[in-house]
Amino acid sequence: MVGKPDTNKTHQPDPTTTLKTSPFSLKTLKLKTKQQELLIRITILLLVYILAFITRLFSVLRYESMIHEFDPYFNYRTTLYLTENGFYEFWNWFDSESWYPLGRIIGGTLYPGLMVTAAVIYWGLKFLRFAVHIREVCVLTAPFFASNTTIVAYFFGKEVWDSGAGLVAAILIAICPGYISRSVAGSYDNEGVAIFALLLTFYLFVKAVNTGSLAWSLASAFGYFYMVSAWGGYVFIINLIPLYVLVLLITGRYSMRLYVAYNCMYIVGMLLAMQIRFVGFQHVQSGEHMAAMGVFFLIQVFYFLVWVKHMLNDTTKFQAFLRISVTSAVAVGAIALGLGTASGYISPWTGRFYSLLDPTYAKDHIPIIASVSEHQPTAWSSFMFDFHILLFLFPAGLYFCFKRLSDATIFIVMYGLTSMYFAGVMVRLILVATPAVCLISAIAVSATIKNLTQVIRGKTGQTVSAKGTSSTKGLSKQQASLDQSIPFLKNGATVLLFGAFYLLSRYAIHCTWVTSEAYSSPSIVLAARGAHGQRVIFDDYREAYFWLRQNTPQDAKVMSWWDYGYQITAMGNRTVIVDNNTWNNTHIATVGRAMSSYEDEAYDIMRSLDVDYVLVVFGGVTGYSSDDINKFLWMVRIGGGVFPVIKEPDYLVNGEYRVDKGAAPKMLNCLMYKLCYYRFGELTTEYGKPPGYDRARGVEIGNKDVKLEYLEEAFTTSNWIVRIYKVKPPGNRW
Amino acid sequence: MTLTLKVENTGPDPVSELSFTFPEHQAKNLALLVAVSTEGRGKNRGSATNLPIKVNQPDNSPPSLIWYHASLPKELAKGESLNIDALAVFTHTLRPFPEKITQAEAQLFLLQDSAHFTSPYKVKYQSLTVKLPSESVESYTKLENTKFSGSEIKYGPYENIPGFSYVPVIVHFPSNKPFAVAKELVREIEISHWGNVQVTEHYEVVHGGAQSTGEFSRLDFQARPHVRGASAFRNLIAMLPPRAHSIYYRDAIGNISTSNIYADSSKTLLEIEPRYPMFGGWKTSFTIGYGLPLRDYLFQSAGTRFLNFTFGSPMNDVLVENLTLKVVLPEGSKDISVSVPFPVKQSQETTFSHLDIAGRPTIVIEKANVIPEHNQYFQVHYKFSNLSLLTEPLMLIFGFFSLFVAGIIYMHADFTISKSSASYLAKQQWDEVLGTLQQLVDIINKCLVLHDKLEASLRELSRTGDVQACKAVRKSADGLLKDLSKDSKSLLAVLQSSPQAAHILPKVEELVVKERDLQEKIMLKHTTVIDSYEKKSAGRDIENRVASIQQKITSLKQEVDDLLEFVEDI
Repeated sequence: MVGKPDTNKTHQPDPTTTLKTSPFSLKTLKLKTKQQELLIRITILLLVYILAFITRLFSVLRYESMIHEFDPYFNYRTTLYLTENGFYEFWNWFDSESWYPLGRIIGGTLYPGLMVTAAVIYWGLKFLRFAVHIREVCVLTAPFFASNTTIVAYFFGKEVWDSGAGLVAAILIAICPGYISRSVAGSYDNEGVAIFALLLTFYLFVKAVNTGSLAWSLASAFGYFYMVSAWGGYVFIINLIPLYVLVLLITGRYSMRLYVAYNCMYIVGMLLAMQIRFVGFQHVQSGEHMAAMGVFFLIQVFYFLVWVKHMLNDTTKFQAFLRISVTSAVAVGAIALGLGTASGYISPWTGRFYSLLDPTYAKDHIPIIASVSEHQPTAWSSFMFDFHILLFLFPAGLYFCFKRLSDATIFIVMYGLTSMYFAGVMVRLILVATPAVCLISAIAVSATIKNLTQVIRGKTGQTVSAKGTSSTKGLSKQQASLDQSIPFLKNGATVLLFGAFYLLSRYAIHCTWVTSEAYSSPSIVLAARGAHGQRVIFDDYREAYFWLRQNTPQDAKVMSWWDYGYQITAMGNRTVIVDNNTWNNTHIATVGRAMSSYEDEAYDIMRSLDVDYVLVVFGGVTGYSSDDINKFLWMVRIGGGVFPVIKEPDYLVNGEYRVDKGAAPKMLNCLMYKLCYYRFGELTTEYGKPPGYDRARGVEIGNKDVKLEYLEEAFTTSNWIVRIYKVKPPGNRW
Repeated sequence: MTLTLKVENTGPDPVSELSFTFPEHQAKNLALLVAVSTEGRGKNRGSATNLPIKVNQPDNSPPSLIWYHASLPKELAKGESLNIDALAVFTHTLRPFPEKITQAEAQLFLLQDSAHFTSPYKVKYQSLTVKLPSESVESYTKLENTKFSGSEIKYGPYENIPGFSYVPVIVHFPSNKPFAVAKELVREIEISHWGNVQVTEHYEVVHGGAQSTGEFSRLDFQARPHVRGASAFRNLIAMLPPRAHSIYYRDAIGNISTSNIYADSSKTLLEIEPRYPMFGGWKTSFTIGYGLPLRDYLFQSAGTRFLNFTFGSPMNDVLVENLTLKVVLPEGSKDISVSVPFPVKQSQETTFSHLDIAGRPTIVIEKANVIPEHNQYFQVHYKFSNLSLLTEPLMLIFGFFSLFVAGIIYMHADFTISKSSASYLAKQQWDEVLGTLQQLVDIINKCLVLHDKLEASLRELSRTGDVQACKAVRKSADGLLKDLSKDSKSLLAVLQSSPQAAHILPKVEELVVKERDLQEKIMLKHTTVIDSYEKKSAGRDIENRVASIQQKITSLKQEVDDLLEFVEDI
């Protein structure tokens, strides 16, 4: 008698005890849930902040703390100038070392945001008594701003969705390869700070729209000012925001909040942007900025109409009034635009803008834009490479956004869709799309995981209680039916949750791999694996630039293709004919023409340009494929675009570009060919291959007996990657 | 140039000075002149004494001669003699000829000197030996008594030469030794009392030999480096002190990856290769740096500390035209004095490094024409208190501390400008509501804990059957619950009165009601169970009686939990 009920009892209260004790232990925790959550959130954010910084340091650890690529060298050089000579000198700097003999007005032709930022950080550190070198500041600026971007992404995600989505967005953007590609340590480029400024502006604007607060709107105007000062991509903001406002107007989401946010942001932002000399009065004079102005007037019309509607109180009358006023407003706007354009007050869209809207435009009209590899249309593989799982989380996130439509989600959807389109047009614009993709994917991840965990957590309690009370059949009908309607709901959710974690962990692995393998090489130092797996470093660029710096006269002029212009001025400290700021197409075409002419014709061009040295990059010995021979067709095209003497078919054989015996005679005797292959025919590059075997193109060269008449070899680096020739002075005349 | 002299005083008066004369063109390149007098000869050479030397131009000197006077250790009386070894090192005495060569040609040099030792004294017996780097010679001045054997050319011996006699000789010979000349060398020695001496050396090196002209062909240089590029040098070797660490080698545009270190316990060999092979006239500049353990170089004596360090460049065979040596002492060093074994130019400046406020006192020593023979130790004496070491960590601590204090102040202070604005007031009220709500939630949580206690007592009862203990638990819980419900009532009243709480009030009220319901039900269950136990009912009976209540409790509990969660989320 005692035993039986005992066993019964011990069996019976079991579920109840679990039921009771589990809330009990949860309760004690729950007392501090809020603080705990805050603590966890701050810890995660802090870790993400650090992670975003350190994941970009691969190149510093593997190579050294150095500036990468091409453009950053110019930025570094100007920053150096800024810190040494102060802001006013910098602002009025006329640089005679580039674009010889034209020169360049630096202050009026650059976006100073990056340099000023680095200089301010440098001065700040100096004020705090940290004796750092400006180079270190420049190298670490991009990772530092990437870290800041994660914080902005968190707040943006929080504003658009919830804090969970914000956290996920911060994590995703911290390691997203699409962003890392432009923000590793040493990639001291405008984009590094511009993405931060872009996201900050958008976040502040959305916040302003959500709150209708003048303060947030003002803050967003300043964010916009920073963006304008940092990168030409600000055009994206000044077109996306009006577009967004327009969409809100059309979908009937006009509100006072929107009115305040847009007007304040536009007016103050525009006035601030005019302070940047490179931008100047474009906000009121250029076709690219007219959309913003149009929307600005439209929103005033809207405001007026709302006021009239409020006063009129009569729908039919108001309809009529609406029709008249809208038509007249549109007509006035169109006439104003037409007059402005016709009178030349409003400049038409630039080629760069056209090439964004029409991917084929650049190829036909502006070869100099098309010649840059990062301006090519994006391949699917690079989308996959840069976004990985975000690529299919993106549509899922769009779905969630549409399900919970608000002013903020409309914005993020529009940002995502437009930037995705631009990312498809140009490889480098993947960068602009990355924050949007990360945010929208974060919404998908966060919403999914939240739903799944709710299912799992909610059901555990209920299923246990269902079991416990099944003997006494006492569960509310609703819950029972819910339980039975979806069998294996909990198990399914668990499996899905694990799947999500698996995917996210794959994403993390992929990002780390991409960062370390693809995006962390400075491209000025080349590394390869030797026969025994050891690392071989080709430091030929710096070898050549340092030789130029030390062993040529101070005023020597160096001619090279424009890609190397910034590096030569920054590292070689010598005057160049053209550089990466491709503002003068004719000048570049002249260099292209010289490179693609016969030696005697080229000599005349070089004499007229006062050239002392010619620098070419040649990968035939090492198999380095992005050398001048492979870029040569672009030189021909750009040269031919201005000087019709140069014809592309002369360099091709049946439409094929070759350097071997079957190459076109003009090709075999043009200056570029001669400079690259001078005495190359005597060199055996690979065992078992004839001398003069070009490893970059895998062929034996066609003209092994290159003789130079007007130039002489001045220096060739140890791996032949850079070859420098001296232009001989003219011979005596009789 | 090494001179071995035997000096005899033939005059009537005792002599205390010995004069050397060198022609002007040589004297201006004189890097070092040391005279050592030794007593005795051959094996029983006595102690050597360095003689102090000064420059003084006598009035009756022939033109273009510079006089150097060495004071003898003791006056030389008539007829006495003395052995003196003198070492004079001249720089830039070799002139490349031809001055410009192509890549394939060998480098040739001209040496011009006098076969007779130009001296104000009569020379009884003298010979000159010219040692060449290799056995080949292009041409040399043939005088009587000239012998060429091996790699040596011997002029003389000559006897009884009058004073100031000058017989020019010219030797033209090939040499492919590296002619590395450092136009500028700035050595910076920074002392950290945390245990490190950091040495940074900035070089500006030029190949001082024959100028390279014409084409530089990498192909030729690669294929036959010793024929086509014989005059070039590829590397330099620096003999760093032992235990050198953190060695780096870089230049203005970054790290140079072509260097090697061979270290053992007596020295550290650093082999550096410039970015490109150095042909005649080519320039390069670079920086090497290394750290050394402090205890090897810094010593203490009588309250002062002194640094004992080598003066010149650690590079072999590098002539330094202008050496600037900077010794950066730690911030707060006092009473600085320097002792260098040869004449130098001295000055002081201040450098700023991490976390410096007053700056670090820096000794600047300048000297021209420094050769490896100048690689002697010099000392810097100064006073430094160990407490100053703590300034910088304390500054950092204080910085972070004030940052956190500022954070705390920011979190707790109210920075609103307009304290009467509507939004500010609303926010304050809302904060109040949240505070009250938090208290209410706390109370309810306490109630729930009590409920759990009651349940626990029931389980205890079913295990032990101790009715009294169970009743005691019940009694205490009753009292507590009553107090709590009183508190919650007052809090609820506060919430009801606040307009800000209007939209959440229904939920909160529902929560309170539900909780009270739950409380009643649990009490009921408790009473029932205890009753049954007192009546000694069977376990199954109790269960049946309680079952319906239990069911309600479960559902209520669920509802209370849900509501609580909702309220907490506000």
